Amino acid sequence: MINFIKYRTIYFLLSLLVILPSSYFLIRYGLNPSADFTGGALLELRFTGGAVSQAALNEVAQAKLPGTTVQQSGVNSFIIRAQKLDQASSVKLQQDLADQLGPVEEKRFSSVGPTLGQELIKKTIIGIILAAGFILVYVAIRFKDKKYGICAVLAMLHDTLILIGTYSIASVYFGAQADSLLVTAVLTILSFSVHDTIVVYDRIRETLNNEPHLSYGEVVNRSINQTLTRSINNSLTIIFMLLALFLLGGETIRWFIFALLIGTITGTYSSTFTAAPLLVVWENLINKKR
Amino acid sequence: MILVLLAAGIAINLWSAKTLKFGLDIVGGSHLLLEADMSAINPGDRESALNSLKTVVAKRVDLYGVAEPVIQTAITPDSYRLIVELPGVTDINQAIELIGKTAQLDFRENVATDSATSGQMIFVSTGLTGSDLTKAAVTFNQQQAGSQPTVSLEFTNEGAQKFAAITQRNVGKPLAIFLDDQLVTAPIVNEPILDGRAVISGQFTTDNASQLVIQLNAGALPVPTKIIEQTNISASLGSAAVNASVRAGIVGLGLVMGFMILVYRLNGLLADIALLIYGLLTLAVYRLIPVTLTLPGVAGFILSMGMAVDANILIFERLKEELKAGKPFGVAMHLGFGRAWDAIKDANITTIVVSLILLNPFNFNWLNSSGLVRGFALTLLIGVILSLVTGIVITRNLMRLTYFKKINQ
Repeated sequence: MINFIKYRTIYFLLSLLVILPSSYFLIRYGLNPSADFTGGALLELRFTGGAVSQAALNEVAQAKLPGTTVQQSGVNSFIIRAQKLDQASSVKLQQDLADQLGPVEEKRFSSVGPTLGQELIKKTIIGIILAAGFILVYVAIRFKDKKYGICAVLAMLHDTLILIGTYSIASVYFGAQADSLLVTAVLTILSFSVHDTIVVYDRIRETLNNEPHLSYGEVVNRSINQTLTRSINNSLTIIFMLLALFLLGGETIRWFIFALLIGTITGTYSSTFTAAPLLVVWENLINKKR
Repeated sequence: MILVLLAAGIAINLWSAKTLKFGLDIVGGSHLLLEADMSAINPGDRESALNSLKTVVAKRVDLYGVAEPVIQTAITPDSYRLIVELPGVTDINQAIELIGKTAQLDFRENVATDSATSGQMIFVSTGLTGSDLTKAAVTFNQQQAGSQPTVSLEFTNEGAQKFAAITQRNVGKPLAIFLDDQLVTAPIVNEPILDGRAVISGQFTTDNASQLVIQLNAGALPVPTKIIEQTNISASLGSAAVNASVRAGIVGLGLVMGFMILVYRLNGLLADIALLIYGLLTLAVYRLIPVTLTLPGVAGFILSMGMAVDANILIFERLKEELKAGKPFGVAMHLGFGRAWDAIKDANITTIVVSLILLNPFNFNWLNSSGLVRGFALTLLIGVILSLVTGIVITRNLMRLTYFKKINQ
């Protein structure tokens, strides 16, 4: 049996080492909101020369304005949506398209609002707070001690902060955009993180009952050892799926999968190396007070 | 039991008339352009009027049962428009009718009879309108089989007071109900109605009664609106992107299944069978509900296959421990399932409740009603519940069958 609890300071330092730059980037640069949140412009074009395929247009448009979507709206008519498109760049884009794909005419151009409002974010946050409150109370009741509820929620916040912070770093260096998918990824990781933590806590609860002679630190340590294989194996199956999607799944969902990968890794790490050691720290603090 | 589930899963997927529903990114859909008539609106308030128009339209689309629409405002210097894109709507005319109608309900009382036009009644507005409603519903007269549908209304407290006052002073007289300035019905008030409930019995068909109910529940459009364009649009991603994810999913699934066999041998194989059943059942449920799948939705489904084996891993690790402690196989298996269940139960109850909070099934105003988050919550809920069934019930029975002799030793 490895004495994991002995090195708990190292785990907290490691977490801090990731959380600090994450928070720094999040505060300094924030996220890079996509057209889902900011809106953008919509341009409808008709090619008056020969036939033009959606794929060909998509390629040219993507090269000029990354993150553009192209949809066919009729014979040789296309709707182009882009975040950073104004009158001037629209004219420029049309010239480029005319050069490469044939004569083109503008059917309409308008700035469009976001598809996701501020309200969605606000209400999702209310939902998350409510869910966190429920988890705190439910875990505290099921494990008959409030420290389990609080530590599980702390580990969940730890994972969320790292996920969003890492995404902020990725947006600064690789242009990752915060879109509706990031909202889904955060929600997925929230539930995964708690799920994983509860499995470890369940073992602690059981060991406490079965081995009353052990100290609290020993109980937690034994439980970590016993659940580690399961944690790693379970995360591996998820990581296999995510890696396959990341490498083979195409451009559109790459950052979504990236966010899920980061979340799965920190979620697994935090259950064993944050949520469980936090319990020991809590217990020790209380004992010192007495 | 396993065979029944397996057969049901295969049957629904192969022969069901219900096809999987895909989102705009995968199959495209209808693109509607609505123009709001802002002539009566103060120039400074036009943008916010357009935003409230968007909210009402979004609500109507949601109540109509179309998931994953795109609804966005489109402003040019001289026009205020709304773009509405609906995936896979079969009856587009009905959708247009539903979205574009103002649906301003108002109650009017009879003040005089116009002698010039041979006894036509003149009605004036009472100030009671559709905004005084809390709920509308389609109802049928229960005493009469095959009766016409009616629309029942429930007023807010304030609305109920107004309605009581109006009916009190109009006993024996007609009270007219107008929808967008068209007379729907003008029943005679028999007695004052004090409980804030009313029923409209016009010449409704089931279709237009439910349409009116959706419009009343979502609210009237704040500005007159007309549909100026309707086109079909192609998928934004195309089949290549979908094929790529499906291929990735198959590779990932292969890795997961191989891993399970490598680590847990025969048990792993049994878990793999349960996992395949999970996949089939989930797709079947997606068809039945139906769930609209966008590309991220497909990715979410693939991810859920990776998570679904969790219960099995927990159980198998537990089984190993019990066997190591020297227990006979039958006892170890019993204990493995029993003890793993404690952990699985607590972990999954929290996930189920979290998904219910996000799903907001009772339509609380202060919680999310957006399609995006709800769609996610729905797939999460389906995934958790089905993976419990396949991961525990099916695996357990498969193990009982396989280790029949070993267990009874």
